[in-house]
Amino acid sequence: MVEEDRFPRVVATAEGRPPRMSEAPAAYIASAVLLGAAFVALLWVPSYAHLTPDLGGIPFFYWYSLLWLVINACCQGIAYLLLVAAPRRRRQVRP
Amino acid sequence: MTFDPVAFIVFAVLFVLVSIIGFAAVRWRRTQKLNNLDQWALGGRSFGGFVTWFLLGGDLYTAYTFIAVPGAMYALGAISGWFAVAYTILVWPIVFILMPRLWSVSHKHGFVTPADFVTARFGSRGLGLAIAATGILALMPYIALQLVGIQSVLQVMGLGSGSGLLQDLPLIIAFVVLAAFTYSSGLRAPALIAFVKDFLVYAVVIVAVVYIPIKLGGYDKIFAAVESHAKTVAAAAAAKHVPSTFALLPSAKSYWAYATLALGSAMALFMYPHSVTGVLASKHRETIRRNTIFLPLYSLMLAFIALLGFMAIAAGIHTTNSRLAAPLLFQAMFPSWFAGVAYAAVAIGALVPAAIMSIAAANLFTRNIYRDLFRRSATPAEEARVSRIASLVVKFGALAFVLGINTQNAINLQLLGGIWILQTFPSVAIGLYTRWMHRWGLILGWLAGMIYGTVTAYGVSTPTVAHFAGSTALIPGVGQTGYIALTALVLNLAVASVVTVALRVVAARTVGVDLTQPDDYVVDLPGTTVEPTFELAGTESRRQTI
Repeated sequence: MVEEDRFPRVVATAEGRPPRMSEAPAAYIASAVLLGAAFVALLWVPSYAHLTPDLGGIPFFYWYSLLWLVINACCQGIAYLLLVAAPRRRRQVRP
Repeated sequence: MTFDPVAFIVFAVLFVLVSIIGFAAVRWRRTQKLNNLDQWALGGRSFGGFVTWFLLGGDLYTAYTFIAVPGAMYALGAISGWFAVAYTILVWPIVFILMPRLWSVSHKHGFVTPADFVTARFGSRGLGLAIAATGILALMPYIALQLVGIQSVLQVMGLGSGSGLLQDLPLIIAFVVLAAFTYSSGLRAPALIAFVKDFLVYAVVIVAVVYIPIKLGGYDKIFAAVESHAKTVAAAAAAKHVPSTFALLPSAKSYWAYATLALGSAMALFMYPHSVTGVLASKHRETIRRNTIFLPLYSLMLAFIALLGFMAIAAGIHTTNSRLAAPLLFQAMFPSWFAGVAYAAVAIGALVPAAIMSIAAANLFTRNIYRDLFRRSATPAEEARVSRIASLVVKFGALAFVLGINTQNAINLQLLGGIWILQTFPSVAIGLYTRWMHRWGLILGWLAGMIYGTVTAYGVSTPTVAHFAGSTALIPGVGQTGYIALTALVLNLAVASVVTVALRVVAARTVGVDLTQPDDYVVDLPGTTVEPTFELAGTESRRQTI
């Protein structure tokens, strides 16, 4: 047994929480795809372990990795909008 | 290596400056005395998006980035070096998914360490202890890597080339300064220094990736030089009938190694207690998630820094000690004063994470070993006191690693820590979603993973290094080489699952008590009031309304 928390320090409510998966399935599925894309792209190494086409002398392997860095950041931005920012705005409209 | 007075003076001035900032940080954003862990170790859990970005960047941007990754690129090429780029991209989606849940449940219950969470989630102090011990163990080589980073720039500056105590004196001074300001200011010190550090790092990196290629004739020339270098190494290896040690691209034999190193490292990074410390110090749940959109900027910088290793090849830098590749490149390419700035960026870049890491390891000791095992009645003030002392002890443990393990292949120090810390993934990360796993199953799985990982890593040898020479090994049953951490994790999960199923059949009542509620994982604090933990006589203690 573990004793109860001795310092319950935060008076918190679940009101500000993002929607659950059951409440916004489309947003969750879209986010899963967006967040999973980089894993598929970068871990599937044979798909990009090539020298060509090069970009100003930089082999494909190297600049393609960096391209995914940018794509992934954008994907995360969209997922954030879907899961956090948009629901929050909706809540503010109808409190 | 010859002593360069100009570079040294610039280095020393910057180093003294950040030390002063480190000590002054004790007064930064403070509303209470630093005599509890929330204040000392988590900066009052008060950091907004801006500070968090710098703080988490400080966790990622370590001597690993500046010394180990270019060193690996220089000596070994794409597989051992460039995988770090894939790894630092993939880490952000993982953070995006996992960390808000950990933040919420930790805020609700006042958890300071991942082991606090596991203890409460699975109702097992033994499992919490295992998680805490793993965290401390895994942080040792990681902190050691930071010391190696400082050592490398000192060496290139021509310091520490004497003998005996004189040789280690500069490192010891840096070390004592680090220990002292961590002791006095807690997390506020690295958080504040992180600003200076990032300014220096960005300045150095931007200059380096523009100025050095211009001097070397452009990126096409650099990659052409690396390509011919790869051919030379391959020809020499073929003459000796051994596999080539340098790769410009992953080959069919190393696809698995590249992918498992990237994935395993990405999964491991936010299992490290110091990363969790950075997350828990933020004020809002979604701070961290919004941050992951901008944190890849650090990954981009890491990629540029990795290319310094290739630039060193193109610039004709010759060293058998790959961790010196980047500092030697700075020395060869930059005027003395800017080389001094670059050395300072590396050294300060090592201090920030080393401080956060030692705080995190100290918290694990205090909360999950000292308090849970020996002093249930420890007061918050006592916890803070013990943590401060533990943060000193931890640093000496790291020093032992520096002396005890071959540090030439510095990236291996971080990968070794990853093997251990990844074994906490089932309890911490999967535990955020389900407590289906039985606590004893988790302990046995953890044990299996730890033993397998350690024994396998111990068995990796090269002609020059007998043990712990690398972090990849043959994956049994797959016939490919992969990161030991992931193989061990698979074993860990298999054992944990089998034991869980067995125990749920024969001893269902032994499942531990869960102190957390499903809603605890999603709470945020909009417009709610954070109660100051303790009202202290004589201090201005105001309610923070968010």
